[in-house]
Amino acid sequence: MTRYLLRRIGLAIVTLWILSVIVFFAGQVLPGDPGRAVLGPFASQSAVRQLDHQLGVGRPLVTQYLSWIGGLLHGNMGFSSEYRSPVAPFVVTAIGNSAKLAVLALVIIIPFGIAGGVLAALYTGRGVDRTISLGGLAASTVPEFVSGIVVIIIFGVALKVFPYPTGSLSGLSAPSQLDHLILPVIPLVLVLFGYIARMARAGTIEALESDYARTAILKGLPRSVVIRRHILRNSLLPTITVIATQTGYLIGGLVVVEQLFSYQGIGRLILSAATHKDFAMLEAGVLVIGIVYMVATLIADVLYTLLNPRLRVGVSG
Amino acid sequence: MTAAPDVSAAPGQVPVAHGLAAPPAPWRLLLRKPTFLIGALILLFWIACAIFGRAIAPHDPLAQDLLATNSPPSGAHPFGVDSIGRDVLSRVIVGARDILLIAPLATLLGTVLGTVLGLAMGYFGGIVDTLVGRVVEAVLALPVVIVAFLFIVAVGPSPLTLIVVVGFIFTPLIARTVRTAVLVEGQQDYLASARLLGERPGYIMFAEILPNVFPVIVVEFTVRLGYAIFAVATLSFLGFGVQQPTPDWGGDIAANYVLLGAGYWWETLFAALAIASLVMALNLVTDAIEQVISS
Repeated sequence: MTRYLLRRIGLAIVTLWILSVIVFFAGQVLPGDPGRAVLGPFASQSAVRQLDHQLGVGRPLVTQYLSWIGGLLHGNMGFSSEYRSPVAPFVVTAIGNSAKLAVLALVIIIPFGIAGGVLAALYTGRGVDRTISLGGLAASTVPEFVSGIVVIIIFGVALKVFPYPTGSLSGLSAPSQLDHLILPVIPLVLVLFGYIARMARAGTIEALESDYARTAILKGLPRSVVIRRHILRNSLLPTITVIATQTGYLIGGLVVVEQLFSYQGIGRLILSAATHKDFAMLEAGVLVIGIVYMVATLIADVLYTLLNPRLRVGVSG
Repeated sequence: MTAAPDVSAAPGQVPVAHGLAAPPAPWRLLLRKPTFLIGALILLFWIACAIFGRAIAPHDPLAQDLLATNSPPSGAHPFGVDSIGRDVLSRVIVGARDILLIAPLATLLGTVLGTVLGLAMGYFGGIVDTLVGRVVEAVLALPVVIVAFLFIVAVGPSPLTLIVVVGFIFTPLIARTVRTAVLVEGQQDYLASARLLGERPGYIMFAEILPNVFPVIVVEFTVRLGYAIFAVATLSFLGFGVQQPTPDWGGDIAANYVLLGAGYWWETLFAALAIASLVMALNLVTDAIEQVISS
């Protein structure tokens, strides 16, 4: 187990390093001049050049990369050219806002997705199953901004039951914050529901057809006990890994949903950084997203091994 | 990470025994499925819009009637008018073109590259397989949208960039599927005899293995096409795709959604419904093709 964990952490660090290189060089080839972007079209060329020098734009790329990564390791995320202030506070606030949205989405989707999948599996091939399976598939392939628009028009514009746009949550009470987050969370939930339900359904069907489930039924255990004790435990395993692999989709969805609802999260932050050529902000934001993603996958892998005794024995040897 | 259980098999689909009669051609089976017909009909409608859009559209999608800005649906403009006075119906019709060009081309690029890569990985195995496998893992370890986003930010948005970026992102995913299919084929006798006959690897891969894994590739293509539409529409919405004033569903929604708060719902709703209907139609068709191929 320890060796497996170390290997996984090592791999995650290597992937993060690759990401940092990609992020850095993608930022470097961005068309345009950061000094010009800050000062605007009417600034004199010498002022632009001076600011570029201050920001360290002209130095060799490798030197710039090393000083950037060195700063990051010391907790210095850099200096935003757009806001003329350190990047870190922006990133911290934004990641907190995104976390609220993501956690709410997961809290809703995990029980509903699993329940839907198990229900579909118990009634395989019948109306309930077809509705959940096809409905889930349809929901998961419609882009978040499309379902978001429909949700906004119905609940935000026509019925006016929930606030739109979401805007800033600072200074709001917890119930009011929840009220503001309901609309943006719906598109995220819709996209993820299909995947999670499909995996839970497949896992449950596999468990239902297994020998141990048949034995449990044949020895006279009540159906509910068989489902709870024998089926669910096994069907939840693949579902947990799926939820982790969906973290990437969830983050992608956050970029879109935050933009649509004018919500100040990490996705909107990096999008605005990219359009304003704010390299430091873009690089720090994307790297933080990478770290979150890596940690989520790592936790899921560890959970999966812990819950699966066969794997646990296999890797400790 | 274990492979997810196979969920492609449709529930309650029992293979039909055909007795002595020859099994009907696959396309005949497809035409018998109502879900396929509905999906295909919607798809054909949008393809017609993509090809003949300019001729069908009641107005010029670029023409601005500045006296009618933000006017709601009416007889003259059934879908209303957008914030700079353009007919929404005409823009929805003509807007089908770019996404129906970009998404299939991106998927095709990804499928061709992924097939070549997957064939090589599955056939040669060993170092090629391990090496490419590592790279694939590294790519898959990053959130897809972020990767696409970074590349487009670096290269600059254009339809061609979209095709290349989405195609490249699909390549490792498709390669993985093709590789698995090739490994299954690897046990067949015809491959051993081809090798014994001294056929060259290139010939074996493309003339012997490829036709046999072709159904897998077809299904993969149709599934990926759905994701491509998802990705292309999303990137367009974020401003990294087709640029205004060219009519485009994602781009038009991006240009007009800020006015939702003011109650101008018609400027975004119809483009959103267009994307949703395209995606649903593709789902129905894909689902039917998958059922026919797996039966």
